[in-house]
Amino acid sequence: MLSNLSFKKQRLIIILGFTIIPLLLLLTFSYYPTLELIHLSFTNWDGMSPDKSWIGWDNYKEVFSNSELFGVFTHNFAYFAVGIVQNIAAIYFAIVLNGKLKGKLFFRLLLFLPYILNGVAVSYLFGYVFDTTNGSLNLLLHSIGLSGDTSWLGNEHFVNFTLASIGFWKFMGFNMVIYLAALQSIPGDLYEAASIDGATGWKQFLYITLPNIYKIIELNFFLTVTGALEVFDLPFVLTNGGPAGHSETYVMKILETAFQFNNYGLASAMSVVLLLFVVVVLSIQRLIFSRKGE
Amino acid sequence: MVARNPVWNTVKYLSLLVASFLVLFPPYIIVVNAFKTKDEFNTKSTMSLPDSFIHLANFGHAFEQANMSRAFGNTLIIVAVTLFFNILLGSAFCYAVGRFNFKGKGLLLGLFLMATVIPSITTQVVNYKTIQHLHLTNTLGGPILLYIGADILQIYIYLQFIRNIPYDLDECAMIEGASLFRIYWQVIFPLLAPATATIIILKTISIYNDMYTPFLYMPKPELVVVSTSLMRFFGVNSGDWQSVSAAIIMIMIPTAVIYLFLQKYIFAGVTSGAVK
Repeated sequence: MLSNLSFKKQRLIIILGFTIIPLLLLLTFSYYPTLELIHLSFTNWDGMSPDKSWIGWDNYKEVFSNSELFGVFTHNFAYFAVGIVQNIAAIYFAIVLNGKLKGKLFFRLLLFLPYILNGVAVSYLFGYVFDTTNGSLNLLLHSIGLSGDTSWLGNEHFVNFTLASIGFWKFMGFNMVIYLAALQSIPGDLYEAASIDGATGWKQFLYITLPNIYKIIELNFFLTVTGALEVFDLPFVLTNGGPAGHSETYVMKILETAFQFNNYGLASAMSVVLLLFVVVVLSIQRLIFSRKGE
Repeated sequence: MVARNPVWNTVKYLSLLVASFLVLFPPYIIVVNAFKTKDEFNTKSTMSLPDSFIHLANFGHAFEQANMSRAFGNTLIIVAVTLFFNILLGSAFCYAVGRFNFKGKGLLLGLFLMATVIPSITTQVVNYKTIQHLHLTNTLGGPILLYIGADILQIYIYLQFIRNIPYDLDECAMIEGASLFRIYWQVIFPLLAPATATIIILKTISIYNDMYTPFLYMPKPELVVVSTSLMRFFGVNSGDWQSVSAAIIMIMIPTAVIYLFLQKYIFAGVTSGAVK
């Protein structure tokens, strides 16, 4: 039936018909909630009552002054620190597995494997590894003569690093594969020309490899920072914020504030703050990287 | 590329060995313990091998008690319905955007791109209310709708592919009198098969691994999915590591198997999704 219409009309129907549903879904589940968040962040809505009274900047004042809310960001720092190390390891292994090597396909397959596994299952798996009395990590440390009674998930000083190291285990291979793809797009004759000019391995890395994977480092850096800001399921499943709230993360606090304490207004303000952080990170990064890239 | 010197070679292989050990050590621990009896578990080291690998009681117990048949069933329904709509909507959208120029196209793509910056977890506060309004809480429809709507991975992947299909094909079909819809359905869509395969795999894995959406939107016990069934099971059996290990293994196996068979597509999808 469509073929009876002119191409111009068909084109219009296709453009409208094929884009409208994805667009509507995008607006409903991404943009509407974002705008509504901003609106709610200025109210004291409890999530149920029909009236939402406007309370101005009170929620924002609460977010920044209440150390119990904003202070949890210090817990997120561990994830950021580990994330940086993770990227360095990922670049290292990408370079190793991009070179001449026996069994490189096998190693590539193996290192990426953790990324595929179910997150909840991985959390409990490590719950077992890090268990104080039955845990295999302590047993392993004991067998090589080190102290074997560390409470990895119960110590407030390093519980976040313990959790972040699980993230390292899960996501290093993912980052590595992304770097690997970037490395493979660098033309090989660049290296040939360099070695003719007498550039050593390290120099080649510094002047050829690094500049060529700059864009990907930028992308992964953004993902690392936002990932660290948005950490949620590992501590939620494994420690539920314990011991005594020391592994609680900011996103856990948001969800708790909204769904347990029914303080949607405050939770919305916290969400907006997080969103602004992400935007700020992105802008700063754009600024730094785009300048260096030239 | 890097000069072959023995030190670098040793470092290379040594670091790979250490990394492989670190990757395999945690799964090794649950595999050996999932096959142990209670007595064995209490008397032997957690790192030692079980007496036999045919002691399957832990698996049976976990499968029953975690209600895994239902969990796998529900997960499968969610994955299948989501994929159906994702593929249809995603490929159609990319046909419209990839083949025609129109006013507002830049804006439209920009909207999709910008949305990636919004932390998805923060929008849950409002999305929860939306799903409630639509009477979709505690139905499989809630997560399905969210998965279809929030994910734009398929748009990136399809757009990449559609740009590589020569426009001559469209023109030929037009000359022969095909309608634009028919071109989409009979020329473009079949050619997008590799992209579709990639999307099916990546999306299946991401839905399978998601915990929070089903946890929040479907608290009803009959609506468990694999992630939430493991959480419930762990809640009841937290000290019983043999059974928990068995449950963990059963839940890890499907994606691990998919991965081993289809790793080529997975790598392709991950890299083309990220390296835009």
